[in-house]
Amino acid sequence: MDIESARKFYSQMLLIRRFEEKCIELYSSRKIRGFLHLYIGEEAIAVGVMHALSAEDAVISTYREHGHALARGISAKSIMAEMYGKVEGCAGGRGGSMHLFDAKRRFYGGNAIVGGGLPLAVGMALADKMMKRDRVTVCLFGDGAVAEGEFHESLNLASLWQLPVLFICENNYYAMGTALEFSESEVNLSKKAAGYRINSFQVDGMDVTQVAESAKNAVEDIRSGKGPVFLECLTYRFRPHSMFDAELYRKKTEVNAWKDKGPLVTFKKTLEDKGLWSKIKAQEIEDEITKTIDDAVTFAENGTLEPISDLEKFVYSPEEAQ
Amino acid sequence: MKEDKQTTYREAVREGIRNAMQKDDRVFLMGEYVGRYGGCFAVSKGLLEAFGNARIIDTPLCESAYTGAGIGAALNGMRPIVEIMTVNFSLLALDQIMNNAATLLHMSGGQFNVPLVIRMSTGGGKQLAAQHSHSLEGWYAHIPGLKVLTPATVQDAYSMIESALNDPDPVLIFENSLLYNSQGTLDTNAKPLPIKKAVVKRPGNDLTILAYGINLFKALDAAEILEKEAIDAEVIDLRALRPLDDETIMNSVKKTHRVMIVDEGWRSGSISAEIMARINEQAFFELDAAMGRVCSAEVPLPYAKHLEDAALPQPVKIAAMARQIMEDA
Ligand SMILES: Cc1ncc(C[n+]2csc(CCOP(=O)(O)OP(=O)(O)O)c2C)c(N)n1
Ligand SMILES: [Mg+2]
Repeated sequence: MDIESARKFYSQMLLIRRFEEKCIELYSSRKIRGFLHLYIGEEAIAVGVMHALSAEDAVISTYREHGHALARGISAKSIMAEMYGKVEGCAGGRGGSMHLFDAKRRFYGGNAIVGGGLPLAVGMALADKMMKRDRVTVCLFGDGAVAEGEFHESLNLASLWQLPVLFICENNYYAMGTALEFSESEVNLSKKAAGYRINSFQVDGMDVTQVAESAKNAVEDIRSGKGPVFLECLTYRFRPHSMFDAELYRKKTEVNAWKDKGPLVTFKKTLEDKGLWSKIKAQEIEDEITKTIDDAVTFAENGTLEPISDLEKFVYSPEEAQ
Repeated sequence: MKEDKQTTYREAVREGIRNAMQKDDRVFLMGEYVGRYGGCFAVSKGLLEAFGNARIIDTPLCESAYTGAGIGAALNGMRPIVEIMTVNFSLLALDQIMNNAATLLHMSGGQFNVPLVIRMSTGGGKQLAAQHSHSLEGWYAHIPGLKVLTPATVQDAYSMIESALNDPDPVLIFENSLLYNSQGTLDTNAKPLPIKKAVVKRPGNDLTILAYGINLFKALDAAEILEKEAIDAEVIDLRALRPLDDETIMNSVKKTHRVMIVDEGWRSGSISAEIMARINEQAFFELDAAMGRVCSAEVPLPYAKHLEDAALPQPVKIAAMARQIMEDA
């Protein structure tokens, strides 16, 4: 690994971590509201996967998508403004934390219906295949989605039609308060995808280099016409499901054990082993990120509230387009 | 196609699809049995041979995934037509229709529109009982972000396909399965009427009957009965349930001052209730009598023919309601 990618991986993961820590603060001070699902602990997946994509590829995500959006290059400013419900937000304040969108970065949204994004990814990829475009659609979802019918319908179609989709299952072992073993008859989720004749792999989702490598190989295979790929990334969320979760269903010791092998800790260790840690200048990165986040908060604070007269905008396309 | 030749509604839909596919490479048809089987109502018969299986796509039974795939393809530059066998099965795709198709433009702050057309059959009258006979188009008309079209005539069956595909937002087309064999004249060169225009099908002075889909013809039959009794009914084809053409409706109310609605949906919370509310809001002082309506009986549609007939709107019931409104001083 070169210093440049080491620096990029570390700073992107740290940006997501610090950004969300700021969100917790702002939530507590009631600056941001609605549901807030934090990605803390799972940063390596977003960073590794987005690294493997080109600008033309498309991303379909979930309600736990701040990390995906940041790693895809959507600015901290426009995401923070979205959380504030301001016009300058990446969805104009219409979406909030669970519905980040950015047409320029081909980010087709946080979808807050568990499993609801998978059929969309199939259709996006179908369009690319029909138009013979060299693009990949990445679809991210949690282990909970695997229990939904839309998961099975979509994997079947993607494989049947050999579509360019990269399925990323972020298996953090819990769907809200239900552990995987109480949800699934088969807890090795990649086996389910294999049942649809999809090339599928289990990946250590705490190791950004492993995620990046697997995603890169997957994207190459997909581009060369080998059909969809399924990566089950094993991970863990360090925080409660949302801001309304007493975490009655899991033990502190379990959470702490996972924290010890979290993505930032793991990556630091990798870099130390390779003698790269001192070279990435971690403190400089930390300082840059502090500034980025401060700027994002200022930007959001100073953003504009949409006039109520615009309330019914965007229900239909503008009259002239009809 | 030559004018004045009798065309079936089924052929008109097919020719509408064919015409759209010839004009625009981005248009494709996807659904259960649309290809090799020729369509469950034989609507798409011959299209597979004409366009190939890359554009006439047989899907497995997975209403949610292929409807969602239609949304995804629409987001990514295509103009898909998704066919769902009947409105009853569309409930398995309701998540995609309601939570994605209808919301994405708004949730994304105007960044992502969904130019998708979904066609499905609707309505009772074929003794198919309680899981194949309902008319749920009024439900769909409840949802902001969707447009809901109900072509009754052969001409609309044809031209609404093109209008719907030209629309940048999701459009649902409801085809009464009993209309597929009906005949009418088709002018393929006619400029499509705007989808949001209701049409006065039979001008009259005494009372207005609002109807859509197959019930337009039942209303016209009722008007014939009423004519013999010297009641001059005006019959309007609503054509679209969302948006509703308030202007045409209110203009007719201002002319006749008496109004009734025929709606194959169940009465409670129906589109007919919505129309009555709008008339109440916009033209209350024009009314000379309480409004009336003929809806489906509030039961899951039964199999036995005499019971099904009794549950659905029929010309005699429409005429009886019209008489009652006329008698109301
Ligand atoms: C269809 C649907 N059912 C239920 C919910 C409520 N809900 C939101 S997140 C969630 C858990 C999903 O777990 P998982 O897919 O593992 O993702 P994670 O939250 O762990 O990232 C549930 C049940 C929902 N949003 N959508
Ligand atoms: Mg989970």
